[in-house]
Amino acid sequence: MQMTRRDLFALAAGLAAAGLIRMPAHADEAKVEAAIKEFAGGMPETGGVELGAPEIAENGNTVPIEVAAAGATSIMILAAGNPNPGVGTFHFTAMSAESRASTRIRLAQTQDVVAVAKMADGSTKMARREVKVTIGGCGG
Amino acid sequence: MAKIKPRVKVPGKATAGEAVTIKTLISHPMESGQRKDRKTGELIPRKIINKFVATYNGETAFSMDLEPAISANPYIEFSVKLAESGTMRFEWTDDDGSVYDIEKKIEVA
Repeated sequence: MQMTRRDLFALAAGLAAAGLIRMPAHADEAKVEAAIKEFAGGMPETGGVELGAPEIAENGNTVPIEVAAAGATSIMILAAGNPNPGVGTFHFTAMSAESRASTRIRLAQTQDVVAVAKMADGSTKMARREVKVTIGGCGG
Repeated sequence: MAKIKPRVKVPGKATAGEAVTIKTLISHPMESGQRKDRKTGELIPRKIINKFVATYNGETAFSMDLEPAISANPYIEFSVKLAESGTMRFEWTDDDGSVYDIEKKIEVA
């Protein structure tokens, strides 16, 4: 089959459209990775961090989140699908009964929430979890 | 703007070495800097609490860095174990430099 100029244009338009539709889902993945690396100094292994979040959040303006990691000195929370991935970082001390904390966060859309824990010995751990959001936070 | 009011839930008495749960809440809009004014279409400038610190008898017990993605009226829950009676001081730092604080006494037996 011979490719005409018209076919080529149609193909290019199709590819562009497909690309545009897929883009918003994880537009900030590079930003997320950069934030993780800046905090952990590399990509941490998955596991060893407890990340409690609802499976479905009706209101993205206030989503309850709980994180815990035995022996962690600090835990950072990221939201992969927000305009900026940073959410907050907890710092634990010798006075902490355990390295566990809760807060409420904003999620703009259905997305992954990431928790990165830094341990006393310098190692790092990570957990990732999807939260479905019915009505997005931010904006308005 | 409504007055910014911190609230904390701390048990008045605790047993030495046992976990004590501390719950804190502060009324604050946590303006993200992403929102637009509906009338003028201009961005509302960011104004959030960016730092929370809890100290016990002058020593840091817990702290948190906050970003605009923390919900309005930030709620923070954590736990501590205490060795002696004392005062826990809570401080929230605003983008504009203001510090909101509250203190609670804890009797440890």
